[in-house]
Amino acid sequence: MSKYTEDDLREELKTKEYEYGFYTDIQSETFPVGLNEDIVKAISKKKEEPEWMTEWRLESFKIWKEMVEPEWANVNYKKPDFQAISYYSAPNSKPKYDSLDEVDPELLATFDKLGISLDEQKKLTGVAMDVVVDSVSVATTFKKTLAEKGIIFMSISEAIKEHPELVKKYIGTVVPQKDNFYAALNSAVFSDGSFCYIPKGVRCPMELSTYFRINQAGTGQFERTLVIADEGSYVSYLEGCTAPMRDENQLHAAVVELIALDDAEIKYSTVQNWYPGNAEGKGGVYNFVTKRGLCEKNAKISWTQVETGSAVTWKYPSCVLKGDNSVGEFYSIAVTNNYQQADTGTKMIHLGNNTKSTIISKGISAGKSQNSYRGLVQVSSRAENARNFSQCDSLLMGNECGAHTFPYIEAKNKTAKIEHEATTSKIGEDQIFYCNQRGIDTEKAIALIVNGFSKEVLNKLPMEFAVEAQKLLEISLEGSVG
Amino acid sequence: MLKINNLHASVEDKAILKGINLEVKPGEVHAIMGPNGSGKSTLASVIAGKEEYEVEEGEILLEGENIDELAAEERAHKGIFLSFQYPVEIPGVSVTNFMKTAINETRKAKGLDDMPANEMLKLIREKSDLLEIDKKFLSRSLNEGFSGGEKKRNEIFQMAMLEPKLAILDETDSGLDIDALRIVANGVNKLKSKDNAVIVITHYQRLLDYIVPDFVHVLHNGKIVKSGPKELAHELEEKGYDWIKEEVGA
Repeated sequence: MSKYTEDDLREELKTKEYEYGFYTDIQSETFPVGLNEDIVKAISKKKEEPEWMTEWRLESFKIWKEMVEPEWANVNYKKPDFQAISYYSAPNSKPKYDSLDEVDPELLATFDKLGISLDEQKKLTGVAMDVVVDSVSVATTFKKTLAEKGIIFMSISEAIKEHPELVKKYIGTVVPQKDNFYAALNSAVFSDGSFCYIPKGVRCPMELSTYFRINQAGTGQFERTLVIADEGSYVSYLEGCTAPMRDENQLHAAVVELIALDDAEIKYSTVQNWYPGNAEGKGGVYNFVTKRGLCEKNAKISWTQVETGSAVTWKYPSCVLKGDNSVGEFYSIAVTNNYQQADTGTKMIHLGNNTKSTIISKGISAGKSQNSYRGLVQVSSRAENARNFSQCDSLLMGNECGAHTFPYIEAKNKTAKIEHEATTSKIGEDQIFYCNQRGIDTEKAIALIVNGFSKEVLNKLPMEFAVEAQKLLEISLEGSVG
Repeated sequence: MLKINNLHASVEDKAILKGINLEVKPGEVHAIMGPNGSGKSTLASVIAGKEEYEVEEGEILLEGENIDELAAEERAHKGIFLSFQYPVEIPGVSVTNFMKTAINETRKAKGLDDMPANEMLKLIREKSDLLEIDKKFLSRSLNEGFSGGEKKRNEIFQMAMLEPKLAILDETDSGLDIDALRIVANGVNKLKSKDNAVIVITHYQRLLDYIVPDFVHVLHNGKIVKSGPKELAHELEEKGYDWIKEEVGA
């Protein structure tokens, strides 16, 4: 029988391009490459920051200089040359826009290609959106509506100027400057990012969303996100990311800090689709991200992530369950294909009494990729009745990829109850044939099986995101069965 | 409807089918019987287009068209349905979602739009009533934790939904108690029409009391060694397969 085989499909896929791999010719202002005190000062000055911020950055820079890059993760890559990167690149236009009419038309065309029409976003989905291209926040929609509720949603640069008391009080409290190498670097050079504050007892009426895009070559992106949910408030926050296709590796080192005060709840969802590199493993984004949330009494933080992009991912969204009865959740789908490497997971730090955490991790590996789950569940000696449930499932496609699980458990209190379940499975030829026989072709069959495998996590995503995430899973894995 | 001429097929270089000839006309029910290892399930897989099986010689014609070059899904689109002996589990994919995907992919292949949701729901309701299937069953993950009877009933439910021209039931009776057997057989009988055809593959005569064949074929060592009316099945039940082996001198 001569027919279209999986080999043909795989071959076809090699030539299939990353859908978001275009570069937009927007005039930008880019700093010379390299990093030193002057560059840090220049970034701060460019952003017209107050002195305390400049000092904070310089302190971070000093800390960073003394640190070395972590090597414990299960990933191999050529370390970036931190002196060969430009640490600031901004679309060269007026720094702020009051309405979309003022936005560079090229930039709007970019949004169209990305499938984001800001206008549509406004009208249809009711999602308030902050868009960060390269390093600068270019548009924040829905600002007025939110302001009526006292919600602050703006770029962090603006927040530093307009709400310095809030930024000063919370920045670096969950992820300290010296936390790790990339967090220190981010603290020194972060160029923009989003800031959000929900006042006491307010339930944010819409999803808040940030869209990140690396555009310029030779630049790193270092966003800083700070979300504060005051007592009894609720917010659901989304972030999405894409980058052009480039032969060199681009560095993305972000820091996200969440603070959920007493009785507050934060739901943070990410769809990460940075350029993963080509089929031979050339290019792609290095995604080294520190995300952590702090829960006060009765507070809840939920991290949901769908990770399909990046050449190398190093990311552990975590919860510090400081307050009694606080709840931490981590739902993750990590997909790796071709030569992608992901080392991702979470840390649940139980400090308060009756704290609860849930970890559901779904790793999907295809091609020659390596996919690791790394998680820590830590219960302090003072935390009575801590509960954790972890489930780590891996799905393998073909014989050349790897799935690894590194669960760490440190329980110092006898009342702790910790459960860990793990499974590894492979998409079987029998499953594919069964689907084929029902009229479903192999690509669609894989998508169906993968969606089924990931369902528990997909169900946690807000509607608008769930659809996008499903499509992404499909695109990332097409033809990857072996 | 289906015409198989001198079909030779192998898997991993091992010859299994050694010259099968079979013709199935619309409205007919054919039973294929035979001892274990005679090639019954291989024949089903080859007709359905399973990739590991290599057709070495001969041809399979569906409504006059040689389907040898077609992928399994394309054969399905043309109306071939295989009820599996061992239906596979797909965790996290509900029966409803699976059927929706199967139907819409088939429609897509024919250049039609997706079936509107209300039509789909109506169809599901109709067919699940026909097969006495509980609605809760439809939201469960496909075949995951299903009993033997549930799995087979689900296969026939899918057959009802997809309305194939040619249905091949591979050992549908295995693992079924008598009640489940009756329900499954009733389902098949209700779906039968003058325009479609059924091939029943079975080791035992039991199922053929419920799904009455027009022709019975005995498969032995990769060949059809005897064909006859439905009474042949009874004879096999009484005497076993050994006399056939003797008769053909194998």
